[in-house]
Amino acid sequence: MTPPPVLLGPLLPMLIVAGTGMLVLLLDLLPPRDSKAHLGTLALAGLVGALLATMLRWGQDGRAFRDMIVLDQHALFFHIVIAYAAALVILLSMDYLRRVGAETGEYYALVLFSTSGMLLLASTNDLIIVFLGIELMSLPLYVLTGLFRRDLESTEASMKYFLLGAFASAFLLYGIALVYGSTAATNFDRIAAAVANRPHDPLFLIGLGLLLVGFGFKISSVPFHMWAPDVYQGAPTSVTALIASGSKAAVLAVMIRLIVSAFRAFQPDWSLLLWVLAALTMTVGNVVAIAQSNLKRMLAYSSIAHVGYMLVGLVSGGIPGAAAVLFYVLAYVFTTIGTFGVITLCERDGEEAVEVSDYAGLGRRSPLLALVLSLFLLSLVGIPPLAGFVGKFYVFGSAVRAGYIWLAVIAVLNSAIAAYYYLRVIVYMYMREPEETSATYTPSFAGVLALTISLVGIVFLGVAPAPFIDLAQVAVAPLLR
Amino acid sequence: MKYVLTLVTFLPFAGALALTLIPRRLDTALRASALAVTVVTFLVSLPLYFRFDAGSADYQFEEVARWMPTLGVSYHVGIDGISLLLVLLTTFLTPIALASAWHAIEERAKEFVITLLILETGMLGVFVSLDLFLFYTFWEAMLIPMYFIIGVWGGENRIYAAVKFVLYTMVGSVLMLLAILAIYYQHGAVTGIYTFDLPTLTRWVMPPGLAQSLMFLAFALAFAIKVPLFPFHTWLPDAHVEAPTAGSIILAGVLLKMGTYGFLRFCLPLFPDASLAFGPWVFALAVIGIVYGAWVSTVQRDLKKLVAYSSVSHLGYVMLGIFTLNVQGLVGGLIQMINHGLSTGALFLMVGMLYERRHTRMIADFGGLWKVIPAFSALFLVVTLSSLGLPGLNGFVGEFLILLGTFRINVWLAAAAATGIIFAAVYLLWMYQRVIFGEITHEANRHLRDLSPREWALVIPLVLFIVWVGVYPAAFTGPTEASIEALIMQVQTKASVAGAPDAGRLAGISRP
Repeated sequence: MTPPPVLLGPLLPMLIVAGTGMLVLLLDLLPPRDSKAHLGTLALAGLVGALLATMLRWGQDGRAFRDMIVLDQHALFFHIVIAYAAALVILLSMDYLRRVGAETGEYYALVLFSTSGMLLLASTNDLIIVFLGIELMSLPLYVLTGLFRRDLESTEASMKYFLLGAFASAFLLYGIALVYGSTAATNFDRIAAAVANRPHDPLFLIGLGLLLVGFGFKISSVPFHMWAPDVYQGAPTSVTALIASGSKAAVLAVMIRLIVSAFRAFQPDWSLLLWVLAALTMTVGNVVAIAQSNLKRMLAYSSIAHVGYMLVGLVSGGIPGAAAVLFYVLAYVFTTIGTFGVITLCERDGEEAVEVSDYAGLGRRSPLLALVLSLFLLSLVGIPPLAGFVGKFYVFGSAVRAGYIWLAVIAVLNSAIAAYYYLRVIVYMYMREPEETSATYTPSFAGVLALTISLVGIVFLGVAPAPFIDLAQVAVAPLLR
Repeated sequence: MKYVLTLVTFLPFAGALALTLIPRRLDTALRASALAVTVVTFLVSLPLYFRFDAGSADYQFEEVARWMPTLGVSYHVGIDGISLLLVLLTTFLTPIALASAWHAIEERAKEFVITLLILETGMLGVFVSLDLFLFYTFWEAMLIPMYFIIGVWGGENRIYAAVKFVLYTMVGSVLMLLAILAIYYQHGAVTGIYTFDLPTLTRWVMPPGLAQSLMFLAFALAFAIKVPLFPFHTWLPDAHVEAPTAGSIILAGVLLKMGTYGFLRFCLPLFPDASLAFGPWVFALAVIGIVYGAWVSTVQRDLKKLVAYSSVSHLGYVMLGIFTLNVQGLVGGLIQMINHGLSTGALFLMVGMLYERRHTRMIADFGGLWKVIPAFSALFLVVTLSSLGLPGLNGFVGEFLILLGTFRINVWLAAAAATGIIFAAVYLLWMYQRVIFGEITHEANRHLRDLSPREWALVIPLVLFIVWVGVYPAAFTGPTEASIEALIMQVQTKASVAGAPDAGRLAGISRP
């Protein structure tokens, strides 16, 4: 038996990113030692290259490594989302890291490695690759979280993230083992085929449940969300943006492929479970966010709540449900990176402004920045005509269509609750008097570019979402044939 | 004339974008340009009235453009006799509100005028949208500028009032969003056409039952909070008391009308059976609102609060008129919407003028003003009398028609509602007496200025319309009647079709 030919084409976007990461590490050793700006630019170039490679492959499906890697429209859609997220994060980091004095070559390399893990996850069709992708994505993130070595919070967050992450990986691995034990396969399609005639195999169902625990941890759904607030708060803000956007998008890509597509025959088994998870995630996220005074922590709970909305789309299933999640992820990535991007530009007493009260009077001090942050927050609330509204509209619509009316009712009431804490930030910015010690930075070209792209993104996705909705539907349609 | 509605709707928004370019220090130029934008918008909206075909019940000045074809969302705008007057009321009141803030708003004036212009686009969009998605977009988007107007330029307790305003409205409207989605999918499942287009959806006869009742309730909650119908009114006094004068004028004049307009435009034609079934409940709440609003107004010590509670009472009449489902009641309700916009807008405007002079709104701080500011007092009298429904002024026309319509439904209901008019006379005249007549009790009141030319220019247009509607109401009821009759016909036909034994079969057919 001859070994199958090695087709690297479907891996191209990921290889570009990982290769750039290694190049960055290599160049880090060479002069100039004092400035790392060129490394950031190089990392950015790698991501743009990956983005181009993805776009060039649009429309042509590829499979490699005995169907372990599938580069279909679904994968490509998420590749675009992830590459955008990573590129925006790099743009934001360039200023931010220099200002806090933490710009290092390995930062950019780690972001790229993590991104390559996310890209791998988006195009995987095999449980082994799922594990590989999740570890490749997470390990650099653990390190990045602890980037501020002298900062206690950052170190604690890193430790916590690592320990709990390792714990979740164990769950995931055990789930993979059980599924393999039950079906003798790790490939999604073959697993689905193997259990088709014995749908209630307990070993398989337990395995599936453990997989959900692992995924639930990575996307921080309740009750596996405990790490998120501490990590979001402790991590450098640019890293928080990456954790909130890219890593969630990647894991959701796997979940859609696995749950909505491959295992859709078992919908009765997992839909109730996901229903409860979605309802809990939204409600806990939103209710606890109300009580937060730290903006990053509040955004952590808010991001938990947004995962809840995305799970609503997963529960609904079908092309509308999956496409709604895709669109929601796209909208959320732009919104959340933009929000964290503004946070990196605000300071109080020489430190990063992380308390909501630090934003008092921002509307007077820097009207433009306050306006931009308001727009991002309003998109998170789901006020039309911004991206967040269309995302919610689409997700809730898919729930109504699938008959999950009560879940939709819980979801919309949650989004009304959410208005309270997002608007509170706006209250501080515009309706309270400014504090003397607060200040804002003028962003450099990179920061302006990142915020502009995010802002144009949320407005464009809100006003003219039609092409992107079509794109999302085209992306998931082949999965559900 | 083809794009006149789009022009009217987005002109203020375009103006707001252009104003961002004017530097902050050119304060007068900013205000003047903003005023010019609103006046031009009003002028551009006038042809809507003069070219309106009063004999037709169809939507006029319609525009349809593709927006999100895969989801069945289109940019569809148009007006009929129901929305025509509300569009004009909006374009008419906005310049007045803007000019009322000429001296009252000194802080962040640039942001203020821009916010107000964006708000105008939102309000106009609500009235002209004929697509549920588009409607909801404007409905929600409009919240934010109002939130800023109350929260940034309001009084002491402004943040509480602003947040309460937004949260109340949000809770109602998110449930409406679900109901919109439910209609969309139900209509799509039955007819195969997935669309948010309002005319298409209203042609469809929705089968009666629990689903229709729930959807009606979801829509009704959103609108009832906005109206506000008793017992959903508690946000209103807070919002009004804290809002700046300009905000109060817009809030009372236009925003509250969105609720009643919603009932007319969406609840009645989309859910005819549920509307008939829940009619008695609406009657009960409306009459409670009328009487309760009037009683609570009587004991207020703050002028703005008094006017705010009187709104609860007046809007109760509108709700009563709408749900009588006969021509008199509905036309009366519509006219009462316009009247309330004019009279209450004028009341808030004039209370604002008093506040600018004395920095208090307490009734007890005034008294004997007639001797000091006779012109103000005379105009204030006209406005007060119009609000209490004196024959010959506008308030009488609406209330009379509504009571006539109610009388045909239920004599006792009409009798109970009529007591509201008596109480209105009590609280308004008593208020007027304490503020204007009697001896001057406070030294500070002895040297008040009378109306400035700017203030004359603000009040006179309102008073002209107050008299015009009262003396010659046909100019205003005329264009509405065809649409109102068509609406009544539609509700009754649909309800009887759906109520027939073979309703299920008929309901499935999308009729042309």
